Amino acid sequence: MDLIDQLKEGNKRAAAKLITLVENKMPGYEEVLKEVHKLSGNAYVVGVTGPPGSGKSTLTDKLVKSLRKSGKNIAIIAVDPTSPFTGGSILGDRIRMNDLNLDPGVFIRSMGTRGHLGGLSESTRAAVKILDVMGSEYIFIETVGVGQSEVEIVKNADTTLMVLVPGLGDDIQAIKAGIMEIGDVFIINKSDLDGANRTKREVEMMLDLSHYERRPRVVMAVAMDNKGIDEVVEAVQEHHDFLVTSGQYHQNRAVTARDEILEIIQVQTMKNVLENPEMNKELESLTRQVALRKMDPYTAGKYILDNIQG
Amino acid sequence: MFDKDKLPQLKSSLEKYDELTKKMTDKRPERKDVFKSGSGDPVKNVYTPLDIEEFDYSESLGMPGSYPYTRGVQPNMYRGKLWTMRMYAGFATAEESNKRYKYLVEQGSSGLSVAFDLPTQIGYDSDHALAEGEVGKVGVAIDSLKDMEVLFDGIPLDKVSTSMTINAPASVLLAMYIAVGEKQGVSADQLRGTIQNDILKEYIARGTYIFPTEPSMRLITDIFEYCSKEVPQWNTISISGYHIREAGSTAAQEVGFTLADGIAYVEAALKAGLKVDEFAPRLSFFFNSHNDLLEEVAKFRAARRLWAKIMKERFGAENPKSMMLKFHTQTGGSTLTAQQPDNNIIRVTIQTLAAVLGGTQSLHTNSRDEALALPSEDSVRIALRTQQIVGHESGVTNSVDPLAGSYFIEAMTDKIEEEALAYITKIDEIGGAPKAIDNGYIQQEIMDAAYQYQKDIESNDRVVVGVNQYQIKEGPPKGLLRVDLSVGEQQKKQLVDLKASRDNDAVEKTLVALKTACHGTDNLMPYIIDAVKVYATLGEITQVMRDVFGEYQQNVMI
Amino acid sequence: MDRPIRVLVAKPGLDGHDRGAKVIARALRDAGMEVIYTGLRQTPEQIVNAAIQEDVDVIAASILSGAHATLLPRISALLKKEDAEDILFVAGGVIPEDDIPELIEKGIKAVFTPGTPTTVTVKFIEENVRK
Repeated sequence: MDLIDQLKEGNKRAAAKLITLVENKMPGYEEVLKEVHKLSGNAYVVGVTGPPGSGKSTLTDKLVKSLRKSGKNIAIIAVDPTSPFTGGSILGDRIRMNDLNLDPGVFIRSMGTRGHLGGLSESTRAAVKILDVMGSEYIFIETVGVGQSEVEIVKNADTTLMVLVPGLGDDIQAIKAGIMEIGDVFIINKSDLDGANRTKREVEMMLDLSHYERRPRVVMAVAMDNKGIDEVVEAVQEHHDFLVTSGQYHQNRAVTARDEILEIIQVQTMKNVLENPEMNKELESLTRQVALRKMDPYTAGKYILDNIQG
Repeated sequence: MFDKDKLPQLKSSLEKYDELTKKMTDKRPERKDVFKSGSGDPVKNVYTPLDIEEFDYSESLGMPGSYPYTRGVQPNMYRGKLWTMRMYAGFATAEESNKRYKYLVEQGSSGLSVAFDLPTQIGYDSDHALAEGEVGKVGVAIDSLKDMEVLFDGIPLDKVSTSMTINAPASVLLAMYIAVGEKQGVSADQLRGTIQNDILKEYIARGTYIFPTEPSMRLITDIFEYCSKEVPQWNTISISGYHIREAGSTAAQEVGFTLADGIAYVEAALKAGLKVDEFAPRLSFFFNSHNDLLEEVAKFRAARRLWAKIMKERFGAENPKSMMLKFHTQTGGSTLTAQQPDNNIIRVTIQTLAAVLGGTQSLHTNSRDEALALPSEDSVRIALRTQQIVGHESGVTNSVDPLAGSYFIEAMTDKIEEEALAYITKIDEIGGAPKAIDNGYIQQEIMDAAYQYQKDIESNDRVVVGVNQYQIKEGPPKGLLRVDLSVGEQQKKQLVDLKASRDNDAVEKTLVALKTACHGTDNLMPYIIDAVKVYATLGEITQVMRDVFGEYQQNVMI
Repeated sequence: MDRPIRVLVAKPGLDGHDRGAKVIARALRDAGMEVIYTGLRQTPEQIVNAAIQEDVDVIAASILSGAHATLLPRISALLKKEDAEDILFVAGGVIPEDDIPELIEKGIKAVFTPGTPTTVTVKFIEENVRK
């Protein structure tokens, strides 16, 4: 556990290596995660999500610079899509954060979605814990776009920023179901473009129609020109204060912990099936029967569940 | 143009021809399934009047020297005088470059073209941390007016025309040139030359940007305005497709994106209150010349015709000079191979022919060794001789636009114009070139073309002689030019001396005045000229502007 | 190795010619690698710092400015200083043949000159990356 000792001292190289270890589920990763889990829980996690091209990286860059003024240690996890065809990916978010590169109080890690089941939220969650133990006070998770996997990722965040841009009228309609709800602060970025006020009104309207315990704030910003950044920081702080005073902070973390356990059960169960040659054979034959309508999937599923432990 | 009655007859003979060739190719397939142009466009086996059915001589071409200038901007083109043979050169110190310029003038080069090193192009003095290892490498290092004085020592600025490849800090280098002229007793209105001054293509393809779009556009229109009054013979911008093509674009993209940039500059100048016929005659262009001879010729002609129409119809220009697309050409650097470098001489010859048959106003020919290093003197001489042979021996200069009327050339010209216009329309929809760069549209289109090109080479779909076919074993090339690392040290020392000997109060005063002007709306040129005259350095001046304007952030598309 | 190879494609130096860097980035991606692209004008310090945080297997630096003799050995030296020499360091661009032996001596594992097929670079990386 040499790396973990180094990690506790704030060693970036150790953090980087440990993230690789857990991201790839290399031998010993579970031990690492058990260890870091106990030590983590101190960092405040901010999720940054929104459609592609909404300026999430630039916004993150500016927010981090602003927070750095108060001397906070910050880590950023930037997620980019993995090609489903080749398994490769281009992780280009660092480009927009180049000034942060040499700041000793900032750590940036890019991750590909890699497309495995539930794996990304598991990997990002693990990375968050590692960076937390390294001493990061804020951890930003920047997602690819807006979709189911983004929801999975930012579910782990304390505050989620939903970044939108003017002229996405239809997109707002499209992404609203199930996804708009995850936003704790809404940011209309590039608000110097035409239609910014309209987009803001649309978002406000939508928020009015939804039921929130606390209605999210909508902030106008032009991240590129550093406009609206202070307001976003303020809104994050407000949301933080609300979470703490209302007791939701701990409630949310309990929910996250529960999700985490359930996810492990789910993943582990599937692994038990898929990685066991006999069960795999069983699965194949059941699949054929279900496909031919000789058996129903419920019976098949139950059969497997009843038999995996044996 | 064609006898409409005879077209049906032609159609049937074309059908017969197609049958005949099909019989042949059924027996023996052709070398390729699809024949593609240099840009990857499919090319047919034969072109006939049917490919240009709508062709109307006076509308499509007109006479050379008249609208829409398809056949050239001057009536008699190279019968009057050959194009300007302008060799881009510059390296190491101002002193060394000065020697190379004098050599080129002796060898018959008719215009100077200054290459600056990268720190200069990005507005850093030679002692800046990022300049480490870069000083004097790809061009000459200019830190202050002192260097500029040495660079043009013994070269009378009223006799030569000078082209300077400088963009983000163009106003500073132009100010220095004006100041050198003044010291030589040459007034600004006698100065002739060009500054590249094209920031949009830096964002797209070349990468030596400093400031964000808005202040950059202001600097450009300030130059337009200042020069229209004070330096009337100066070409204030060279709107460049060269680097767009180098980045991997197709010929049609080169035209489309370059003219879209041109439109953005015209619009910015109009918005700044200038009148179109005041500045448009001083706009000039800069294109690439690649190996596909006929496609390139068609490209130049299409660009000329399209720009003339844009200026006349879209911007209501009335002065014919505003409608003429004058351009400089450089042969395609990315077509040169590091393998068997002498083969590059032949490539450059083909590209020279394309530029001349396409009606260029000036030309730089690349040297054979440029895929390896900066060119040696021998290589530069061969490159210049290539132009002279094409000019004096090939005969293509005897008649104006000699390829006009070729079914293939006219069909290709129409096609490139059409495709380029489609790009311009798309960019208009996005909201203009700056927006289309900001959202990465242009970069993405270019990158896709570049990647396709690379894949074509790797699959041997495209043969590059010496690279994927006809390879030989070679020893390392000899006689490459090397720039001594001591150039950086020398420049640094000179900066120390300069800062100790100049009037630092005067420098401070002019820089403060410049800063105030940057915050306001005054034309910045006079302030910059004041600063360079008291030997404020390039780095000091651009730093003032960086402080006020901020820096550009690139949108990378892969 | 069944995990994807991670590569930092970096542009040290001031030149803006990123066609080669982008083409190789795409080719590596298409070969199933995770490519972290840094953008232009990166100092050796920035490159090594990014390489460490990203825990990459490979640094692929593209340089056409002529400053390779200064900048590439500095990257090597920094990797050594950070005890990160296990990262495979390769370079490409306009680099004269004569300069290559010295670069190799200073820790650059391979130099790919103009005209090198991307497949050659991909293969080299696949065969030489730390296992």
